[in-house]
Amino acid sequence: MTVAKAGRFAVDPTPGRSPRQAVPFLLPALVLLAALVLYPLVYSLVRSFFDRSGSAFVGFGNYVDLFTDARTLTAFKNNVIWVVVAPAVVTGLGLVLAVLTERIRWATAFRLVLFMPMAISLFASGIIFRLVYEEDPNQGVVNAVAVGVHDLFSAPSPYAGARPRDAVAFAPAEGGFTSTSTYEPGSAVPVPLVGFPPGQVASEASAATQPRAGARELRGVVWLDVSVGGRAGALDAGERGLPGLAVEALREGRVVGRATTGDDGRFTFPDLGDGRYALRLAATNFALPFRGLTWLGPSLITPVIISSWIWIMTGFAITFIAAGLSAIPRDALEAARVDGATEWQVFRRVTVPLLSPVLLVVFVTLVINVLKVFELVFVIAPGSVQEEANVLALQMWQVSFNTGGDQGVGSALAVVLFLLVAPAMLFNVRRFRRERS
Amino acid sequence: MNRLKVTAALAAVIAMLTACSGGTTAGAGDGPLAGQTVEVVGTWSGDEQQRFEQVLRVFEDKTGADVRYTPAGDELPTVLQTRVQGGTPPNVALVAQPGLVRQLARAGALKAVSGDVEKAVTEHNAGVWKKHGTVDGKLYGVYFKAANKSAIWYRGDALDEIGAQPPRTWEDFLAVGRAVADTGQAAVSVGGADGWTLTDWFENVYLRTAGPADYDKLATHEIPWTDPSVRTALSRLGELFGDPRLVEGGGSGALQTEFPKSVINVFGESPKAAMVFEADFVASVITTNTKAKVGEDAKFFRFPSIGGSPDSVVAGGDVAVQLKDDPATNELMAFLASPAAGEVWARLGGFLSPNKGIPADSYPDEVTRELAGQLVDAGDNVRFDMSDLAPAAFGGTKGAGEWKALQDFLADPKDVEAAVQRLESEAAKAYQR
Repeated sequence: MTVAKAGRFAVDPTPGRSPRQAVPFLLPALVLLAALVLYPLVYSLVRSFFDRSGSAFVGFGNYVDLFTDARTLTAFKNNVIWVVVAPAVVTGLGLVLAVLTERIRWATAFRLVLFMPMAISLFASGIIFRLVYEEDPNQGVVNAVAVGVHDLFSAPSPYAGARPRDAVAFAPAEGGFTSTSTYEPGSAVPVPLVGFPPGQVASEASAATQPRAGARELRGVVWLDVSVGGRAGALDAGERGLPGLAVEALREGRVVGRATTGDDGRFTFPDLGDGRYALRLAATNFALPFRGLTWLGPSLITPVIISSWIWIMTGFAITFIAAGLSAIPRDALEAARVDGATEWQVFRRVTVPLLSPVLLVVFVTLVINVLKVFELVFVIAPGSVQEEANVLALQMWQVSFNTGGDQGVGSALAVVLFLLVAPAMLFNVRRFRRERS
Repeated sequence: MNRLKVTAALAAVIAMLTACSGGTTAGAGDGPLAGQTVEVVGTWSGDEQQRFEQVLRVFEDKTGADVRYTPAGDELPTVLQTRVQGGTPPNVALVAQPGLVRQLARAGALKAVSGDVEKAVTEHNAGVWKKHGTVDGKLYGVYFKAANKSAIWYRGDALDEIGAQPPRTWEDFLAVGRAVADTGQAAVSVGGADGWTLTDWFENVYLRTAGPADYDKLATHEIPWTDPSVRTALSRLGELFGDPRLVEGGGSGALQTEFPKSVINVFGESPKAAMVFEADFVASVITTNTKAKVGEDAKFFRFPSIGGSPDSVVAGGDVAVQLKDDPATNELMAFLASPAAGEVWARLGGFLSPNKGIPADSYPDEVTRELAGQLVDAGDNVRFDMSDLAPAAFGGTKGAGEWKALQDFLADPKDVEAAVQRLESEAAKAYQR
């Protein structure tokens, strides 16, 4: 404000002398603050002592409810995990990346890219990560990569999921199937399989037929026993053999012969000695393909959501820490280097201590942010694991609005959440004040 | 596939955005009610909103009244309660939760319908619909739109492949399921990540094993969830859920599958299962998300009978209630109760009505006609979706109450005891409030 203007409006040029004059200027702000912040705060506190209809006073009843409810306790536990893990990881990552990007030529462009997730709403980020962690490898990129890498090292089985028609004649054993009866050379064993799409049988497969019993050979046929109007366990027209399937002959539990089925599904053990043999369809034929991990299942859900939050918030940490970094005195770093300190020593003994006020502010801000996390949990966790992924802010919303509205307990949760955030906020406020003075 | 999901997500977001903007149908003309304004609140947005507005336009043309429709989406109960408490209720609301109707009626926020409307309801609907709209002996609600939640949708070629006919009994259903499993795909895809699909599964089995009388008692928590009838229903359901060959992905896979995905699992480009259970709205999911044609590739059969149970239907529906008592409102309620209103929407598709007066040929295709026919034919064997009748804390909360208890059951279908215990303890908590 220029002196001329001040003169024209006849305002006292020295501030702080006339509180009465200040009142009209402060009034609009005070009214707004009271209406929008103070009133809801006090009302929530009062409301938390009343029952769901808001008419009967229940004292601390809602708070007792809250601390005895299993769902809320899970939410507490998850919030603790969030506060312990997430802000520390983000601050650490932010520090490392800020220091590293300071040295490269395209620092600004690089930071811009890292900051971009902050520009997306949490809701949208949640939808993105919901897709990223989808269990089906055709949809979720994480499982697609996991399956791709896994299949590089071990090829998928040719007949994944197939099983013998008769679970008694061929009992499951060690991932494969072993016959319960034994056979002599000279017999022919039919092995009907089911549980495999007829459309996926190799194109060279031909119609399966019952092999004739050979004099000294143990023979058999493995075929897909699925056709329209087909009888179970019988070789019907249109049913094809399953080529390339590994069959083993066992004698007293030891493998004494191996054979592979031909295009018509037949297999032959030519030179087994006299005696009785069990047949085994090897496990390698049937192993189910690796489908990746159930990221959004009950055990991994919280780490998964935390990882998406880290992706979003790291840019925030980098920006603040980079700003702090550019403000620390260069001569301190130079002096350390001249004295022969290695880069690691400079980082640990000079950069980090000088940055520590900034790091602390970033950390505390992140703690506040973490305590109110809501959208990510709401969007990423499927309904079936929402209980396992629950956090206080989400529980508060569910209790107050979603389940028919118990705003008494909801308010109690809000108050508890406020008490948890308050220390962190007080800390930040005091820091700002100290910095200014 | 990826694009599908993203599109679905976008569509959801857009639907939410449009839900916030109120729609006005241009009221005009002169009639007995010219110059009067009627405000209607409902859940429908997007396509459904447009179709409902066409219904309202017929009323406007007839009477000259100006009808404004505001979609409130899933937040309708909140919106309605807030407006009632604020003293500015709409004239008419279309509510999907009978529990909310009861609550509002007892709070005095609703007006009982006029004699004309009551006569129309009695004349055009099975008694059970009137009963559902009645609170403490007075009729408050007119069921305008209904959902038939007793349909199992299947891919025609999947059943052709094994030469099977649509099953009529639960035993047949399981046998067909096993035959389908022999061809290397799962029998059913269950959208277990959404708890409401599981409550619908349970309700259909329960209505068939325990009968309508017990169904009513369980819905009001007159009998506890530890009742033997609940155990029976759950163990029958466990015959399906407990066989990992029958359920796509097994229990844990189903718990990761959301409802739209369960439909895509059956009718999408690389099908993983042959059948999916849910209400008539599966048809619109098929049309929007897959290339399958409803009626040709995608067909349905009614939920199989268990132990010789009669044809029964679990239904949902939107009930029209009036919050004001003036001539225009009464007239609109009478219009909604008449077959003429439902007929308009029926012709536009995506609509079933419990109204017997709507001619069958109003429905645009064979599938809808059959679904509507079953709903009307089941008469008094129609039961309203139990979870919609229960307090929301029990029957309508993601990851809690009945939803979560049945999800735990799907994860471990052998443990019927744990399931009934959890159901009962959650129900006891929710009903005592």
